[in-house]
Amino acid sequence: MQCQKCQQHEASVHYTQVVNGQKKEVHLCEQCAHEEGYMNFTNESLSLHHFLTNMFPFDQAVNQQPKEQVQRDQGMTCEGCGLTYAQFRKKGKFGCSQCYETFDSYLNPIFKRVHSGNTEHVGKIPKRIGGQLHKRKEIDQLKKELQQLIEDENFEEAADIRDRIRTLKQEIAESEKGGDA
Amino acid sequence: MSLQDFINDAISPWMNNEGNDSDIVLSTRIRLARNLEQVPFPTSQDQASQQKVLQHVEQEFNEQSYESFKQFQLVKMGELEPIEKRVLVEKHLISPNLAENTETGAVLISENEQASIMVNEEDHLRIQLYYPGFELSEALQQAQKLDDWFEERTRYAFDEHKGYLTSCPTNVGTGLRASIMMHLPALTITNQMNQIVPEINKIGLVVRGIYGEGSEALGQLYQISNQMTLGKSEEDIVEDLKSVVKQVIESERKAREWVMQQSGIQLEDRIFRSYGVLAHSRIIESKEAAKCLSDVRLGIDLGLIKNVSKNILNELMVLTQPGFLQHYAKKSLHPNERDWFRANLIRERLQLEQYKN
Repeated sequence: MQCQKCQQHEASVHYTQVVNGQKKEVHLCEQCAHEEGYMNFTNESLSLHHFLTNMFPFDQAVNQQPKEQVQRDQGMTCEGCGLTYAQFRKKGKFGCSQCYETFDSYLNPIFKRVHSGNTEHVGKIPKRIGGQLHKRKEIDQLKKELQQLIEDENFEEAADIRDRIRTLKQEIAESEKGGDA
Repeated sequence: MSLQDFINDAISPWMNNEGNDSDIVLSTRIRLARNLEQVPFPTSQDQASQQKVLQHVEQEFNEQSYESFKQFQLVKMGELEPIEKRVLVEKHLISPNLAENTETGAVLISENEQASIMVNEEDHLRIQLYYPGFELSEALQQAQKLDDWFEERTRYAFDEHKGYLTSCPTNVGTGLRASIMMHLPALTITNQMNQIVPEINKIGLVVRGIYGEGSEALGQLYQISNQMTLGKSEEDIVEDLKSVVKQVIESERKAREWVMQQSGIQLEDRIFRSYGVLAHSRIIESKEAAKCLSDVRLGIDLGLIKNVSKNILNELMVLTQPGFLQHYAKKSLHPNERDWFRANLIRERLQLEQYKN
């Protein structure tokens, strides 16, 4: 079996990990395993780092792309804090909130792996920022429910949901008029 | 409460209350990771912005009171001796990582030590809340209130789709980590933990041994916490954890009954031997101390050992760690000296129990 990273040497390090019930196997040659940090089991903070670097879409994404693009992406730099994509991959940590936009196209596969397939926040929203966001998110959710109810021909409940959506929309419109966002 | 008080007492005031299912669940912890808007994260190593965060917290929150938490006190890492920091780590008021940040690291501690907010750890703010026993819903509710209090005077980094933005991709979304610390001696003795741990891992929760490496948990203490922070509401995260913990509590109770029925006298022997070791040894390593403390606590919970308070496991687990030992000795101790000192401390503490009765 060939090493997944360099695709040159025979893979001699085989690593299996289970995250959220999904089994993942990594096969690397000794040199790449060293570089990726798989050979060091002593340091605990490092082991979290392995866990993270393993989250990265490195082996799939990179192998499918032309070399020039890989190099360009590796050098992609966040304007907010100066972190490069290569550094982010190595550390597994963002440097600032802008990093989330800078590396956006690479992040969803990571989030999916860490958070059981999820990429959208559904929890708390700060009141100050929230304002209409709560309502808008609720409308999105209600619209989905409405669609389902119509498909199920459950028109009575669908009417209730439709009224609720209307009320929320009115509330948003009113507060936007009042400038009280 | 003064810094000296935080450090002197091994037992935080909140630990003296007895929570739900306290024969099995020692404590509940809720942690929220938060960052300030438009300020680079502490991971970027930018000293100026970390100073800004520290100043903001000092100005807005130091010596301020909030509801039942009462007054908060800001303690800066740069102003502490290494042993003092170690003591705060052993009390779980700060992380080892924060202790290393002597430039800008600080912690805001509530009077009863139930809430501590780490400043400039991996994220700008790490809001932590502890409860005795199994108290997830209450802990979450209070943590949310504390978070709201902070939000009144702070603009958080937040994204409509990704939620609260954090340094580490594993915390993004809710920034919530809910953990339950459990004492599971019967499940450990009956080798059932080996089967339970992978099952719990499968549903997106993590089980860790406390004060120990890997599956061999020191003192049969385990921490169960959520792994997922994105795509699930805070309430759902807590509910899912709650239902798993309830099942583990049930299994542990059944296992305790079973062990008592099957090998009551052997178990009793093991418990009283451990009691004897703690009461009489002159030199004891931390690993042995943890095992014996766990046995004695089980003995108390099963009603075999009377007249010793339940808290002894929680308390001595903290007290017998190197930081506290050295703090009590008022000097740094060589590892051999620690084992000797630890044995003394445990003996004295047990004698105190007999005195009380």
